[in-house]
Amino acid sequence: VTGRFPASRPYTADAVADVQTKTRRRLHVLAAAMPVVVLGGLLLAPTASAGWFLPESGGSPNADGIRTLYILIAIIGLIIFVGVEGLLIYSMIRFRARKGRVAAQIHGNTQLEIGWTVGAAAILIFLTVFTFVLLDQIKNPARSEIDSNGQPVAAAHAQFASTDQPAPPGGNSLNIRVIGQQYSWNLQYPRIDDKRVYAYNTMYVPVGMTVTLDIESVDVAHSWWIPALGGKADAIPGYTNKLWFQIPVDAIPEGQDRVVYTGQCAELCGRNHANMLARVVGLRYDDWKAWYDRKAQELKQAQDAAAAERKKLESSEGQ
Amino acid sequence: VAAVSARPQIIAHEVDRPRRGWVQWLTTTDHKRIGILYLSTVLVFFVIGGVEALLMRIQLGTPDNTFLTPEKYNEILTMHGTTMIFLVIVPVWAGFANYFLPLMIGARDVAFPRLNAWSYWMYLFGGIALYASMFFTPPEAGWFSYVPLSLKEFTPSNGQEAWIYMVHLTGLSSILGAINFIATIHNMRAPGMGWGRMPLFVWTILIYAYLIILALTSLAATVTMLLLDRNAGTNFFDPNEGGSALLWQHLFWFFGHPEVYILVLPAFGVFSEILPVFARKPIFGYKAIAAATAGIAFLGMLVWAHHMFATPMSTVVLAFFMLSSFLIAVPTGVKIFNWVATLWRGTVEWTVPLLFSVGGIATFLMGGITGIFLAVFPVDWQLTDTYFVVAHFHYTAFGASAFAMVAALYYWFPKMSGRKMSEGLGRASFVLFFIGFHLTFLIQHSAGLDGMPRRIYEYSSASGWEAENLISSIGSWVLALGILLTVINLVRSLKHGVIAGPDPWKANTLEWFTTSPPPVNNFDVVPRVRSVEPMKDIRRQIERQTGVTQRFEAGKPMVRA
Repeated sequence: VTGRFPASRPYTADAVADVQTKTRRRLHVLAAAMPVVVLGGLLLAPTASAGWFLPESGGSPNADGIRTLYILIAIIGLIIFVGVEGLLIYSMIRFRARKGRVAAQIHGNTQLEIGWTVGAAAILIFLTVFTFVLLDQIKNPARSEIDSNGQPVAAAHAQFASTDQPAPPGGNSLNIRVIGQQYSWNLQYPRIDDKRVYAYNTMYVPVGMTVTLDIESVDVAHSWWIPALGGKADAIPGYTNKLWFQIPVDAIPEGQDRVVYTGQCAELCGRNHANMLARVVGLRYDDWKAWYDRKAQELKQAQDAAAAERKKLESSEGQ
Repeated sequence: VAAVSARPQIIAHEVDRPRRGWVQWLTTTDHKRIGILYLSTVLVFFVIGGVEALLMRIQLGTPDNTFLTPEKYNEILTMHGTTMIFLVIVPVWAGFANYFLPLMIGARDVAFPRLNAWSYWMYLFGGIALYASMFFTPPEAGWFSYVPLSLKEFTPSNGQEAWIYMVHLTGLSSILGAINFIATIHNMRAPGMGWGRMPLFVWTILIYAYLIILALTSLAATVTMLLLDRNAGTNFFDPNEGGSALLWQHLFWFFGHPEVYILVLPAFGVFSEILPVFARKPIFGYKAIAAATAGIAFLGMLVWAHHMFATPMSTVVLAFFMLSSFLIAVPTGVKIFNWVATLWRGTVEWTVPLLFSVGGIATFLMGGITGIFLAVFPVDWQLTDTYFVVAHFHYTAFGASAFAMVAALYYWFPKMSGRKMSEGLGRASFVLFFIGFHLTFLIQHSAGLDGMPRRIYEYSSASGWEAENLISSIGSWVLALGILLTVINLVRSLKHGVIAGPDPWKANTLEWFTTSPPPVNNFDVVPRVRSVEPMKDIRRQIERQTGVTQRFEAGKPMVRA
């Protein structure tokens, strides 16, 4: 008694109703097509840049790895999306109630249900494998492309697997402490030639050098994030978080001396959370070394001046 | 149809003195009245939470806007999230379950009617505790109240205490309500209604109730620790005194992720009730859907740290939470396939409840797919705490829960009021609701990919996020208009709706066996249940006995000869 559809239409409805349903049906198809049209319009919008559809990248190999992973998931996700939404819209329209139609009284189909359960699981296993294939590139710091004197080094590949972020192979890297505080980033550089350098919010680094970050906080939770340089790392007081990046040597445009990447704090840290900005400036090694020396000099002068001022104050108070 | 009485019943030792006017609402222990109290309170908070969302969208509509101060923005952000989670979506299912769970299982009330009344009043007072702070200093540390920001040192105002008391009161309300639902479902089902014949909405409420008991008790302890840290000199969360700031995140999300399923499972139950009614076809894979519900709840307890992928964690932990999050996608996907298969080869009547259900499933699917991106932890490092996440959880929480609650409203309003809501106005509302939603949230994925973090009160015109935010803000008004139409429809239909009759949709479950609205005792006679769709059996039996085929057009009151 139940339902297969007659192989051919028309149904038994009279002519007037037929015209009406056709018009209504067209309207419904239009309505169903709306999201598709909107989506398509957005895709084709001339102003649309890569940032509308893909995560930012290009500043560091780990950001590129994340982007590759994102694209793979997006392709699988898009296929599932189009398939399932298509079936949903199709069954809404194709099986819409009309005179003469009878619903098939099906309670289920075990084989079909096992099939789609296994199918869904298989897709996810594939994604897991692919994630771990790319994980090394994203999580573990790459070998620096320049040595500690700024000279290019021969490319070599070392495989690293560890539960924590290892040191980059070759032992050549720049380690910066990033300390979040309401509402700025304190950047502590390593001592070079017994000079001490720190800065706020703008991080100058040499291109080609692997930069490892130790991310900390002195007050509330913050999150360090420069989108084009890879993922973010939360700065939680009492913990040290790790992140790394390596700006490619060729990232600096021809005829210019720097490349700038911007970002901002990504964890609600109080009323001025929106204004806790950060920048990373990539310089050629010699320019960077010059910046480092100049900055150390400035800081030393400022410190000496402050010390002298303090001394003066103390002696005047002592009188 | 046989009356069977060998099962627990509500027995009154004396007849209550009838009360009049508003007093009968204050003193009621009738599950239907309490359900209506819940739902009307939810509607008020839903409108308030929606207005808060609009204020934020106005602020973010243009760059460098000064419509809201940073302080006000953070307060509204906190109130919006807190309101929608604790005062709207959790209690809306308590409201619908209160009204319909006893009716659907053929009971005359819930197991503990007075406790039920207490649950409602604590929910109301929890909401009032939170909103009373509006007149002083509202909380501003976000609905997740991360420490150390929510500690006294950084948030000295007592708004944070108001937030904690709200969590305590509504949490106790939900826990007691959950105990009530569990006791009712286990003990008071109609004769013949075994576990395999229970309506799927009842299944999801059962699992919702168990999840509430597991998750909200944990949250109650967690916020108590915060209360003590703030006021009693303990240092659970203060890193300067040997506490741990990460501990809060783990404890909070240990509640927070089961909470997501508390919000969404009953929505799945609503879809699973409405689709078979309007496809005129049994639900596809009843057992698979019930099992998937239980599976999601179990796995939902094991995924909490996927909210914390950017915190310091080792690869093993990251991988565990990625895999457990993947696993949960399987039963969720199974449900979506089952719903599509339920429509397949049916005769689908495009009523407003069905449109909202299918719109909800279509929307939720997208939230599920973006969830896969976020479960892959390296990708999450890029996307977490951006507008991509805001879009993702609105596609799931709004896509499933809010679409489902509007679907449930249109579906069950005739039973509650005796009148139907207007289909025309409902369809218009659906179109605006659907388009408005996607206009608001689809583009937010792009804003996130383009580097826009969450919870910022302003952005500069140099950021390049103007187009995304403007489109989103325009969408929010379209969405608001859609909701407004449903509210107008609701108010109008109370007086002017078409008389519904007992079973306007020709539905499958027992609540349609009584009059609309049902009498105080619900059923004079409780029928014996022989399948998942007892009303179909009853109609078939009537046809057999009278020899008259019952013709009907769905959505119209049955023509009685």
